[in-house]
Amino acid sequence: MPVEILMPALSPTMTEGKISKWLKQEGDSVKSGDVLAEIETDKATMEVEAVDEGILAKIVVPEGTDHVAVNTPIGLIAGEDEDAAEVARSGASPTQPKSTPAQEAPVEQVAATKPQTKAPAAPASPHVAPEPELEWTGKTEMMTVREALRDAMAEEMRRDKSVFLMGEEVGEYQGAYKVSQGLLQEFGNRRVVDTPITEHGFAGLGVGAGFGGLKPIVEFMTFNFAMQAMDQIINSAAKTLYMSGGQMGCPIVFRGPNGIASRVAAQHSQCYASWYAHVPGLKVVAPYTGADFKGLLKSAIRDPNPVIFLEHELLYGSSFEVPVDGDYIVPIGKARVARKGDAVTIVAFSRSVMLAMEAAEALAADGISAEVIDLRSIRPLDIETIVASVKKTNRIVTIEEGWAAMGIGSEIAALIMENAFDWLDAPLRRVAGKDVPLPYAANLEQLAIPQVADVVAAVKEVTYR
Amino acid sequence: MATARRKPRVVEVEEAEVPAAQLLQLYRDMLLIRRFEEKAGQMYGMGLIGGFCHLYIGQEAVVVGMQSETIEGDSVVTSYRDHGHMLACGMDPKGVMAELTGRRTGYSKGKGGSMHMFSREKRFYGGHGIVAAQVPIGTGLAFSHRYNEDGHVCLTYLGDGAINQGQVYESFNMAALWKLPVVYVIENNRYGMGTSVARASASQDLFTRAQPYGIPAQQVDGMNILAVKAAAEVAIKHARSGAGPYVLEMMTYRYRGHSMSDPAKYRSKDEVNRMRAEHDCIDQARKRLIDGNMSDENALKAIDKEVKDIVAAAAQFAQDSPEPDPSELWTDILK
Repeated sequence: MPVEILMPALSPTMTEGKISKWLKQEGDSVKSGDVLAEIETDKATMEVEAVDEGILAKIVVPEGTDHVAVNTPIGLIAGEDEDAAEVARSGASPTQPKSTPAQEAPVEQVAATKPQTKAPAAPASPHVAPEPELEWTGKTEMMTVREALRDAMAEEMRRDKSVFLMGEEVGEYQGAYKVSQGLLQEFGNRRVVDTPITEHGFAGLGVGAGFGGLKPIVEFMTFNFAMQAMDQIINSAAKTLYMSGGQMGCPIVFRGPNGIASRVAAQHSQCYASWYAHVPGLKVVAPYTGADFKGLLKSAIRDPNPVIFLEHELLYGSSFEVPVDGDYIVPIGKARVARKGDAVTIVAFSRSVMLAMEAAEALAADGISAEVIDLRSIRPLDIETIVASVKKTNRIVTIEEGWAAMGIGSEIAALIMENAFDWLDAPLRRVAGKDVPLPYAANLEQLAIPQVADVVAAVKEVTYR
Repeated sequence: MATARRKPRVVEVEEAEVPAAQLLQLYRDMLLIRRFEEKAGQMYGMGLIGGFCHLYIGQEAVVVGMQSETIEGDSVVTSYRDHGHMLACGMDPKGVMAELTGRRTGYSKGKGGSMHMFSREKRFYGGHGIVAAQVPIGTGLAFSHRYNEDGHVCLTYLGDGAINQGQVYESFNMAALWKLPVVYVIENNRYGMGTSVARASASQDLFTRAQPYGIPAQQVDGMNILAVKAAAEVAIKHARSGAGPYVLEMMTYRYRGHSMSDPAKYRSKDEVNRMRAEHDCIDQARKRLIDGNMSDENALKAIDKEVKDIVAAAAQFAQDSPEPDPSELWTDILK
């Protein structure tokens, strides 16, 4: 049976084109790969190759013809055992039986898929917050955040042989911020891997190891350096589960200090929470208390998804009561009400929780009862807890070290508009890092970063005091 | 100025000696990729395949020769010119073609497309759309092989266009430092999109890029399936022995444009025609089979037909399968 040669689409946007030249003539034999014709598309002149073998029996659309719609029959190829002349005579009748399955491309079907069906609504609540962890009544111990993180990693490495730690100075040096102290001694250099300074490379290597069934903890000396690795984190780690239709997935933790430090200037002082929180496929965590650092890092290591675990250099030395039990974990996605109050809601995460607590204390002296919410998880964001609080206080202030523009506070503002607009008695206020690269000079640095006084002032604004 | 016509310098390597049945199998595997890609090109032309579609036509000997030396459990990762790699890994042509048409029966349920397909079962880890991003990933797969001491190697494919990306050297460094079982296969088809190697690379013998890291490397005639196979044997054996990475530069050629919408104005028709006429990997294998009395026209015709039928069935399957259910929009974001 003869095969129709159809006008091909040679670019994603081409709908019609011009046959500028036939390079094979009627009667010529063709085999797959031969160039049949030159076609002008909307972008360029392209060659059309034969896919089928036989004799070019008939040229249906002569050269020089313009505005030939995609999928119009432009020629006929007779098979080896056919009479080319007979095929040519019969012409490209629309009733012509078509020979290969692909030729029978249901053009209508393609067209039918074009009118976009309406996107289904996102699941009613894209995130259902997990149950809060039970109040811990077991044994606790006063320890620094640094120690809590180390214990979390050590416990999970003991529990699961596929967990390993890699990064710059994590082994011999015992951690640039001494977070991995003692791990090399306990687990050896197979599982505590010192890397060269090669963030893009080792982030990608970690993703590959995750694909290969391991559970890497990748330490960035600070998240500032993870900018080098952004492509691997987002394009490889976050998107592959989706792009593989659920087959792949990457259980990996990227952790390290994030946010401001002390007098290290613009390239070493920056909050990345909103950068990563923008991306579907990632979980983003930024705890404040020692117990949360430990419980959330353990959750992150056990999580089958890529988790961005944002620590804070200025908190590493802070001490908290921390559960010592190896089974203590904190679920990702649940905020913590750090202080109860009824006049205003202050939402913060990471070290900003400290500012919120200090501000709440100062406000209490002024007779303003502030509720402080420690987000702990940035993505998924526990909007239920925030909304429940706002419905009680009717006023909200957010704090973050990052820039306000397109930030976490902006996202909370949008969510409050969508979910609690009628409960607001005052516009939301954002306390955030000033919209400048972080300066070095001591006085300028202090001016650029959120202070307790800024929080107090913002609360007074929203409470009209 | 250097031109794109520079002849590739190919270090002659010995050819593998293979029995007739094996050469026939290699011939069949190359032909399957060729016919599959031709069909994909045709279906793209009919609007059944969208977006970017990078065909492997011309380069078949590279992946078929390399994969013929692997054992079950070895892992593979490559860039976006990946259809051939999937077929060579034993993935089902129906599932690959259905992914190209964006249907629910595709390997990624229609959510990945031409550039993003995976098969845990066949240890094929993609299908990556960012040039060279697969190189650290392959290095990490090798890291997992070494960590688990499972005796497997990772074949990491990259193009000549990827070779100037920094993460390639970050990977070479770590792989050499930690003696990871990885074979980097540079598929030098002489053009990174429209830019010839001569216009992109200060040093044009790409395999020499491995030397500063102490990684053994070799340039191979990638149009000769038996040369590829011989080189693959050496490289894979090296990596599997625990001696560390190996780099192979396969001198190859793609007949089609970089993607379907590439008019290929950066090279002459003569150049393409000469490569097809004189160096085609399938023609060479066919000639060898006939001249060496290892097969005959009838047997080869039967293979042609078998392959054509497989491809036709894949094309039919890819058109008959339904699109993903709209609810799939919201699945597979997190586990």
